[in-house]
Amino acid sequence: MAKFKVNKSYAQINEKIKKGQVVVVTAEEIIDIVRQEGPVEAARRVDVVTTGTFAPMCSSGVFFNIGQSRPLIRTTKTYFNNVEAYSGVAAIDCYLGATAVCEDDPLNKVYPGEFNYGGGHVIEDLVAGKSVHIAASSYGTDCYPNREIERDMTLKDIPTATLCNPRNAYQNYNAAINLSNKTVYTYMGTLKPQGGNINYCNAGELSPLLNDPYYKTIGIGTRIFIGGAKGYVVGHGTQHNPGNARTEKGIPVRPSGTLWTMGNLKEMNKDWLKGVSIRGYGCSLSLGIGIPIPILNEEIVQYTAISDSDIYTQVLDFGVNYPNGNFESLAQVSYAQLKSGSIRLNGEDIQTVPLSSMVKARQIADILKEWIRSGKFFLGEPQETLPV
Amino acid sequence: MLRFPKETCSDPVVCFLAKDFNLTFAIQHASIFPRKEGLMVLELSGTKSNFKKGVEFLKSRGVKVQNAAQEIIRIIENCTHCGACTAVCPTGALWIKRPEMSVEFEQEKCSACELCVLTCPTRAMKVNPKDENFF
Repeated sequence: MAKFKVNKSYAQINEKIKKGQVVVVTAEEIIDIVRQEGPVEAARRVDVVTTGTFAPMCSSGVFFNIGQSRPLIRTTKTYFNNVEAYSGVAAIDCYLGATAVCEDDPLNKVYPGEFNYGGGHVIEDLVAGKSVHIAASSYGTDCYPNREIERDMTLKDIPTATLCNPRNAYQNYNAAINLSNKTVYTYMGTLKPQGGNINYCNAGELSPLLNDPYYKTIGIGTRIFIGGAKGYVVGHGTQHNPGNARTEKGIPVRPSGTLWTMGNLKEMNKDWLKGVSIRGYGCSLSLGIGIPIPILNEEIVQYTAISDSDIYTQVLDFGVNYPNGNFESLAQVSYAQLKSGSIRLNGEDIQTVPLSSMVKARQIADILKEWIRSGKFFLGEPQETLPV
Repeated sequence: MLRFPKETCSDPVVCFLAKDFNLTFAIQHASIFPRKEGLMVLELSGTKSNFKKGVEFLKSRGVKVQNAAQEIIRIIENCTHCGACTAVCPTGALWIKRPEMSVEFEQEKCSACELCVLTCPTRAMKVNPKDENFF
């Protein structure tokens, strides 16, 4: 006997996409549908739920192959607009990380540093069609005698550019407060002293991994929206930690699952990749990711129906505790509370500040919905789902 | 912003703004040295016609008058509506519209403190000098 009343396969949903009969809604829209119709009816009617997120994702970067020179070169140092890329891979291959900072940047010597240009900005410039100055050097070998090349290239001129991100789309993330007596400049933004503000960075009910908390549909080969193009989940990301405490609905209450993602940079769009400068902290890349959740049965639709009031996270002190490796939770708060604009903590109303763009997350979920509806995007069945 | 030529730097000037033109002023900053060009930043208020006459008077004494005021503008195409700026905006000029969660900017409420300029991760907030033809 079947475990579920509704049973759909990836192939069946893809067939519906092909025929233009697929029913797709966003992770915000599904909440009311399940509330009104119940999970079984909702699972029968809806085939795909789309999610979205747009926020700084530091563990992002691009594998480049910059093309050969005459005579040939085996690059050992490579710079893009004076931002260094790791060149300890094969000749003319390199990896430019989003958080690499321009060589002449004063960093935090003038505190808090501005970090105006880094790897994320190079990636944004290339996607925007701008020309980038590439300088590479080598020690020279018998087979690769050239020791130095310099050239200006656009993304079109560069033979290969693959966005390859070891840790994206964190499933939940800590909220940050500062209980010290001075302003701190963190990767969670500027935190005013004595608990002046609580910053948080997650799309909540639209966030990909919160809509499939046990990764029942997400894994190696899941086709996704990344940077405005089609890309893939290539596995679990670094720091993937599914074993954290969860609520009754299965939502982890601390940062848990992560994704390793990939996509062809040449197909991407500048609206969904933005170089960012985080004051006093460094450079990064804000990136848009959207994942379609196939509604294979009523259990999965139930997971996608979670709302901000079902999702909780921990408030951590970034003034003293966090820098010292103390992750003690000062309070557990819901995303409904965080998104309301203020939270009452120890008798005081504290302003809450988002760092993750809901406007862009919603646009991504809508675009993905449109792609699937119009038959431009088919579901990728994972070869293996992520470790739980 | 007033720039005094070095020849007249030691003469009494700004006191006449109050005495003859009924203008009140608050000196924000001043660096006046003997026989060197002097600089003074002051906030000047009074009626419009007195204000104009006062500025004319300053010019007649060889003082260069510039508008020190500047405004903050948002380059909307750079804004990702993340919300990071709302942590530092002291006047509520930058605020989150709910439930859309879009970042709104009300320039009338902005005090031009510039805190948002370097806090905005995508550099959407810029200092814009106001029209100098004001004088």
